[in-house]
Amino acid sequence: MKYLAEFRDPERVRHSVAELARVTTQQWTVMEICGGQTHAIVRYGLDQLLPQGIELVHGPGCPVCVTPIEEIDQAIAVALLPGVTLCSFGDMLRVPGTDTDLLQARAQGADVRVVYSPLDAVELALAEPERDVVFFAVGFETTTPASAAAALRAKQLGIANFSLLSSHVRVPPAMSAILSSDECRVDGFLAAGHVCSVMGSAEYEPLCDRYQVPIVITGFEPLDILQGLLACVKQLEARAATGAAVHVENQYTRAVRESGNVHAQALVNEVFERAPRNWRGLGSIEQSGFELREGYAQLDARRRLQLEMPSLDPQGKAAASPCIAGRVLRGLEKPADCPCFARECTPETPLGAPMVSSEGACAAYFQHRGRSSQEAAR
Amino acid sequence: MCLAIPGCIVELAADPLGQGKVRFGEVLRPVCLACVPEAQVGDYVIVHAGFAISVLDGAEAERTLALLDAARDAGAAGGEA
Ligand code: SF4
Repeated sequence: MKYLAEFRDPERVRHSVAELARVTTQQWTVMEICGGQTHAIVRYGLDQLLPQGIELVHGPGCPVCVTPIEEIDQAIAVALLPGVTLCSFGDMLRVPGTDTDLLQARAQGADVRVVYSPLDAVELALAEPERDVVFFAVGFETTTPASAAAALRAKQLGIANFSLLSSHVRVPPAMSAILSSDECRVDGFLAAGHVCSVMGSAEYEPLCDRYQVPIVITGFEPLDILQGLLACVKQLEARAATGAAVHVENQYTRAVRESGNVHAQALVNEVFERAPRNWRGLGSIEQSGFELREGYAQLDARRRLQLEMPSLDPQGKAAASPCIAGRVLRGLEKPADCPCFARECTPETPLGAPMVSSEGACAAYFQHRGRSSQEAAR
Repeated sequence: MCLAIPGCIVELAADPLGQGKVRFGEVLRPVCLACVPEAQVGDYVIVHAGFAISVLDGAEAERTLALLDAARDAGAAGGEA
């Protein structure tokens, strides 16, 4: 595989850590947005190599984790409709809804299937014209182009039995929500490299200006993360020392261009428009979601099946759950701070999405640190 | 879904929204290459949910590694001084 070993080179890692220690003069809290980065950080123990002053907190960058319980409930309700085949990514099947999950719905007779790609769901609709195939579409700007391509293909082929239940979300409005919260303790961001490879770095400049936080677009290998962190800390130190303005910086130049992937953006814009969206832990955020445009109404499961857009239920059962996923997703607590971590809540018996998802922060700690991180928290 | 590592294109798609083939280590997967029209067989792409979103730029990767090494050498020289 190209450019993996080089970006994991232990010698370079050691020097990057030393450089980070050299430039750090005070306490900084940096949030990595992407769940993929969280996994790399925990897997390689990068957080444990950092100088004392620097804390990494984990952000809302796992699409499965930020999907609110109301939308999981809606997908389960759709799956239980007669004649409907609901498909989604594997992780979605085990995320607990209010009373049940998609796997249990399948055990009750619902036709629920795992697909690797939204385009596979279109193939499924082609192969089984007697079923109404609904793709439960979650993901950030990275997966939205694939859903857009699926919608376009279904339209081109005139497939009448395919639709999307869109829970797609955009990252910058969530960053804005985190920064404008009273509880926010984030000094800088490592922005998600692959989201930015679609959208480009320019999208982050207004955020950087408005909140005066450095944003460094960062890749996923250990050296990427350390280099991104170093760039972020250097900006923070310069701001503290001389009042220097902060800016958007691109560490991940091998995959991210300033303008992003214009073909992918065009595809998304053709099919989707921005809309308000609910996030687990963050509530409703303006302009943070992708809904199908009027021209694709036939492919919108909510319109086809006349479903209500689920409203957030902050007093509901989710609020009574001991799961602190909402706080974990805002970087306010770490998985091992959760009283349920590695006790009631494990990947076999997950209480919340961050323990289910392959990109979830709780699953990362469980997988790579196991019960030791819980011991350490005590 | 987002834990993407680069894969190598081994076959391009016949039609614009069709699927080409990309190798990840030993695994060969169908991938839609609609958004990376510049990509050729042998290029490395980043794939999400069966969809290529970016072509890896080898020159930029080398530049990043060179920057890391330059910082290391500067640090080492500074340490000796
Ligand atoms: S450990 Fe389990 S219960 Fe606690 S926050 Fe994570 S998912 Fe929720």
